[in-house]
Amino acid sequence: MPKEPDGSARPDEPASQRDTATQRGAATEHASAAADADPVISLRGATASLGGRPILRGVDLAVGRGEVVALLGANGSGKSTAVRAVVGQVPLTGGELALFGTPGRRFRDWARVGYVPQRTTAASGVPATVREVVSAGRLARRRFGPPRKADRAAVRRALELVGMADRARDPVGALSGGQHQRVLIARALAGEPELLIMDEPMAGVDLASQEILAGTLREQVAAGTTVLLVLHELGPLEPLIDRAVVLRDGCVVHDGPPPKAVGQHALPGHDHVHPHAAPDAEPIRTGLLT
Amino acid sequence: MLEVLDYAFMQRALLAAVLVGITAPAVGIYLVQRRQAIMGDGIGHVALTGVALGFLTGTNPVWTAVLVSALGAVLMELIRWYGKTRGDLALAMLFYGGMAGGVLLINLSPTGSNANLTTYLFGSITTVSEQDVVVISLLAAFVVLITLGLRRQLFAVCQDEEFARVTGLPVRTLNLLLAITAAVTVTVAMRVVGLLLVSALMVVPVAAAQQATRGFAMTLALAVGIGVVVTLSGTVFSFYKNVPPGASIVVLAIGVFAVITALAAPLAKRRATQRAGRTAAAAEGRCTLKDDVLV
Repeated sequence: MPKEPDGSARPDEPASQRDTATQRGAATEHASAAADADPVISLRGATASLGGRPILRGVDLAVGRGEVVALLGANGSGKSTAVRAVVGQVPLTGGELALFGTPGRRFRDWARVGYVPQRTTAASGVPATVREVVSAGRLARRRFGPPRKADRAAVRRALELVGMADRARDPVGALSGGQHQRVLIARALAGEPELLIMDEPMAGVDLASQEILAGTLREQVAAGTTVLLVLHELGPLEPLIDRAVVLRDGCVVHDGPPPKAVGQHALPGHDHVHPHAAPDAEPIRTGLLT
Repeated sequence: MLEVLDYAFMQRALLAAVLVGITAPAVGIYLVQRRQAIMGDGIGHVALTGVALGFLTGTNPVWTAVLVSALGAVLMELIRWYGKTRGDLALAMLFYGGMAGGVLLINLSPTGSNANLTTYLFGSITTVSEQDVVVISLLAAFVVLITLGLRRQLFAVCQDEEFARVTGLPVRTLNLLLAITAAVTVTVAMRVVGLLLVSALMVVPVAAAQQATRGFAMTLALAVGIGVVVTLSGTVFSFYKNVPPGASIVVLAIGVFAVITALAAPLAKRRATQRAGRTAAAAEGRCTLKDDVLV
């Protein structure tokens, strides 16, 4: 379903329409009615440092239910650290985090969150099939105990969503970067999350996979999933983005409509890499802010 | 072959060998997956202090070894969490300390000697007592329960720890459990394979299996199969040739690794060509190269 340009007119799908809702406890169900008013992600005055160096220096970030927010910025601006802080993998040295209205420290309902970490090229020591990797994502729903029919169906559905169902029995080591990225997204989708958090899902992804990923994301957004994604550039996902938050040196410098790409950078599939950019150089050279 | 079974000590040794063949690769696969193949070696060193403590205090060395090596494994896991840059050196200290402590204590004990030490370092088929068989069976049951029962959870943790944490899995608990399970496996294996070579049996069958497999479950099954075959045949070989079983088992395992590698390479090549043909056909020769030219 096509998204309205202003991003607000998209009907908020009632959670009861999604089979994920039935698996949540009744208590959560009641709570979620009240929690609907709360932002899905709320980061206020967040500070964090890695190895003694401050990376986030007071970041405010709120993502409402059903919103698609892109986190943009140059290398080293703190985008990845911000999302890793949201999923509790980087401790905050200050500020507050809340997920679905629950303070980050007390948040336990991880089945509602689908996380797609930055893809690393390092292969695992032991071969694993595409299905085995995607099944790991289902543990968010059923942590212990043998997988049931619904779990296997969810894994199959997730594989179909990213167009990898025919590769389910192939080893992940034999996949291209783009295919591997699709597998990681399927792994997050296997848990049927309400919130999808993705770190550079388009980095090193070939054009064909980029288009498939954009299609997958479009379906998720149409179904009411909230999305926070780190991007280097908007690229083919541009029409999906409601709002862009641009980070520079660990601070939010822009929070509003996605910047329009200009010139070469507006071309679909353009993936401009700046390996030469010095930290003190102008962080965004792509015309994103002009 | 059958005359081997006439001896009660050989029946016990073979039973212990089967249990080692099952448990060592079943734990080892997770360590290999997490690129911690060396951890089994470290636990083996530390377990030696445990064995020596058994001699010194007059208790069954298997129990003291379980205790000390589990403590050592937990310590290694804690060092992995908190150690960061100096973790490497701290682990080395633990390895050396375990080995030196073992040699020291066993020579201080009234019943221990370097001869005892050798049987624990390289294994022995004649020293598996009836009591050992009971203890080893219990410990092996624990290892199988954890490594197979929590297969999906441990796979997720070892494959992508950060993702596993975000799914809400108790990652720290699972990591500690895996460390303790590895320590228990070391003590299961030390009678037959010996403490210095136990790590090889955790790693080599997995390395051999993954030459021929494409998935985790298949690798686990094949590695256990290889483990059982080499421990049984190595133990029988030791009976006839009077060599420490640890040595013959590990040499056999490496032989299996070499054979599978030699056979699997052409197979993988053919598979890769097939796949390349498939993807090329699917893409219809379309060029998907990106513009990465700086302008």
